[in-house]
Amino acid sequence: MTFNGRDIVSIRDFSKADLLHVLKVSKVMERDKPMLLAGKILATLFFEPSTRTRLSFESAMCRLGGKVIGFSDEKVSSVKKGETIWDTAKMAEKYSDVIVIRTPIEGSARLAAEATSVPVINGGDGANQHPTQTLLDLYTIQKAKRNIDGLKIGFLGDLKYGRTVHSLAIALSHWEVNLYFIAPDALQMPEHYLKDLQEIGIECCQTADVFDVSKQLDILYVTRIQQERFPDPLEYEKYKNAYRLDRSLLSEIKKDMKIMHPLPRVGEISPDLDDTTHAIYFEQAANGVTVRKALLALVLGKVE
Amino acid sequence: MKKIERKIPAIKDGSVIDHIPSRDTFRIMRILDPQEFIHPITVILNLESKKIGKKGVIKIDNRYLTKKEVNKIAILAPSATVSIIKNYKIEEKIEVKIPKELVGIISCSNPMCVTNTEKVDTKFKVIRDDPLEAKCLYCERVYGKDELEIKRK
Repeated sequence: MTFNGRDIVSIRDFSKADLLHVLKVSKVMERDKPMLLAGKILATLFFEPSTRTRLSFESAMCRLGGKVIGFSDEKVSSVKKGETIWDTAKMAEKYSDVIVIRTPIEGSARLAAEATSVPVINGGDGANQHPTQTLLDLYTIQKAKRNIDGLKIGFLGDLKYGRTVHSLAIALSHWEVNLYFIAPDALQMPEHYLKDLQEIGIECCQTADVFDVSKQLDILYVTRIQQERFPDPLEYEKYKNAYRLDRSLLSEIKKDMKIMHPLPRVGEISPDLDDTTHAIYFEQAANGVTVRKALLALVLGKVE
Repeated sequence: MKKIERKIPAIKDGSVIDHIPSRDTFRIMRILDPQEFIHPITVILNLESKKIGKKGVIKIDNRYLTKKEVNKIAILAPSATVSIIKNYKIEEKIEVKIPKELVGIISCSNPMCVTNTEKVDTKFKVIRDDPLEAKCLYCERVYGKDELEIKRK
């Protein structure tokens, strides 16, 4: 298997063997390899704000000895002057060896990948895909639980608009898992995802009350209710405080149940859970650097 | 039935689209952009058909449908048949079959899709023939037959 030159655009492009390979290489990348990407340049084209994704890509590149160029605000790029994503990617291709792109426009990473011959990594394209987040989520689950097969995984929060949930559920469908979707009806998992999962044979359960299922769960993946994805602000007001997990949850979960969150959190997980052994969301964020190191090394052909 | 069919003028050169479900006939007319045609077009509705109940037929004088147009017809009416007529004879029967990939034929209804913000041909993958479901290969949204918006040009 080779990832050399490959674009990382959508988690749907990954077979189970691909996913396992990225997880395996990520484990090797726990240790820094300061010269592995020496002489290589990463271009970060961030057309919308991002903290974790951009910083962890930059950190990953630096830790492997590479250099980073780019912008993190649309206002400083020529897109503000009317330049297309296609042209911006074409330009960046000439200046770098690998591109990470993030925009609110869905499908823009696929288009950038078509425009260029260097590998393009999708750092999030609107409500569509964020494959590197999914890979680091999978890595975090595997690291915490060793085996993914047999796990009971709950998703809590905004399951309707939450792309991290959609992508992770699709990726997990390669394993034998039970999935629990916990959200108010209006924010439940879209029907077509449920249909896809059920066709693959994944057992899915839906509920609005986390305490209905919390005792069964091995992993609880919590997401923020994302204000920016709501077309109607009144709808957002209705649901923004739908869930607030705190220490009262502790008597209702397994001793080794782990809580994940792609961050940023707003109020859905109380900080008083941070110092429990259940909270692994900061470790999850740290894994972002490890997995992105693996991906950069793979697509640049520096590891097989 | 035969008596009615005989009343339909035969065309010397052009295209005949037959076996269209009657209700879809005008949708097909719309995607063919008939106002751009300079020669006669004959549209017949509600003919009896053993296969599909009520059918429609469109006869277009002096114009041969392109593969792209036939693909568009396939999306709306996979039961249709298209014949190319030359000198009153059927020169060619074009198979009306939904292609696996639809390039530049359908618009993506997602306003946030890159195909609506940049000059790029849309690409859809047909994931199910019956009932038709197609996925935008850029924003990855899946659409059913009634949600698909066919480009007129």
